[in-house]
Amino acid sequence: MNIEQRVIEIIADQAMVDPSDVTLDSTLETLGIDSVAFVECIFSIEEAFDIQIPFNANDPSESEFDISSVKSILESITRLVDEQA
Amino acid sequence: MNRVVITGAGTINALGQNVPDTLEAMREGRCGITELDFRDVERLAIKIGAQVHDFAPELHFNRQQLSLYDRFTQFTLLAARQAISQSGLKFSGELADRAGVVLGTAGGGVSTWDDNYRAVYEEGKNRVHPFVVPKLMNNAAASHVSMEFNLRGPTFTVSTACASSNHAMAQAFQMVRSGMAPAMVTGGSESMLCFGGVKAWEGLRVMSKDACRPFSANRNGMVQGEGAGVFVFESLENARARGAEILAEVVGFAMSSDAVDIVMPSKQGAARAISGALKDAGLNPEDVGYINAHGTGTSANDKTECAAVADVFGTHADHLMISSTKSMHGHVIGGTGAIELLACIMAVRDGVIAPTINHEELDPECAMDVVPNTAREAKVDVALSNAFAFGGLNAVLAIKRFS
Repeated sequence: MNIEQRVIEIIADQAMVDPSDVTLDSTLETLGIDSVAFVECIFSIEEAFDIQIPFNANDPSESEFDISSVKSILESITRLVDEQA
Repeated sequence: MNRVVITGAGTINALGQNVPDTLEAMREGRCGITELDFRDVERLAIKIGAQVHDFAPELHFNRQQLSLYDRFTQFTLLAARQAISQSGLKFSGELADRAGVVLGTAGGGVSTWDDNYRAVYEEGKNRVHPFVVPKLMNNAAASHVSMEFNLRGPTFTVSTACASSNHAMAQAFQMVRSGMAPAMVTGGSESMLCFGGVKAWEGLRVMSKDACRPFSANRNGMVQGEGAGVFVFESLENARARGAEILAEVVGFAMSSDAVDIVMPSKQGAARAISGALKDAGLNPEDVGYINAHGTGTSANDKTECAAVADVFGTHADHLMISSTKSMHGHVIGGTGAIELLACIMAVRDGVIAPTINHEELDPECAMDVVPNTAREAKVDVALSNAFAFGGLNAVLAIKRFS
């Protein structure tokens, strides 16, 4: 399974929707994922790829991690996984 | 001052997952103590406990709730749902703003600590689930009850080891009696039956390897249990106005500190709490028909408790019944007083006295009517519930048949 599929699966799981309903331009807001649920997403993604995501729950906009859409989240994670490798 | 009545009760413990099943088990003198079943149990010296089996949390809670609810919170919510449903109360408007939740627990989310310490220490993981803190904190259960039922008044958790739920119910009683709150949800919960929880208790060397035999000369220690008991305490005025069924009346309580030793109990401290509860309720010693004992089955507790009861009641000590239901549901630590209050309700409401099971040999130092092995029918007007905690903190409640 590639990174995109796995991340979308984790996000869909938190949003309690089918992975096919998660598109690249979906946002956390449109998916109904609140800040607390997103912290759980981050945890699951870190576990899945054994990476550290620089996400600050106190002030997400201050994070280096862009969470404006599923696409931006995927790009950041892909970069982190590549850096890891 | 308001009269305070109990209009709802709920429980889950090794004897049953609701009040009727638990009371039936107590009437039948059934033992809920079994072989413990959890990870790494083979590394323990103590392998028995009053564990709740056949409990499927996923039948009661959704996945998001489960990620936030430690087992002690799950137990609390189940018991609270039963109690509030029985009471018939719906919390909205001014009632919701003034009614609250006071619960007892000694350890809070012990298995959450245990699981996550195992993950980082034993398994070498460097990451834990984001909700470890809100899951393990001692006030998690009280907060989730408040959220589920819209209880927006005074809400907190009391932690005084084995007296936690009696201290908690005493706070709720005072709040309703004083008029501060029209109704309170109160009781306690504990779930320490996991590897780390039992291993810590093993260290004290007060645990029995085979059975809990309170007041019996051959007793050899306590046996730990788990579960929750939750009640609705309500002003009589409020309960009457809505025609609620009243299970019993709470008439008094007292608390005291031994101020002597961190683990050894004191006769004087226990006696002051018992006599204080009578005084608070305006009762004479002769009014009391039944005492639900702290009765842990340790050498130290049982003889000290009997000496304290003899001091307070004098010759009436020979005419009252005193039993320890811990012989059946185990010592539920911070939740134990709440589960034991059910036996007091059964005594005053149903006229059935729960027995002390496993009573095999008379101990001259505990020569009282401990209702050995078989439940008994008796008309009782007033029952006391004793709790004497490590740390020397004592809390005794008095309840009365409602009439």
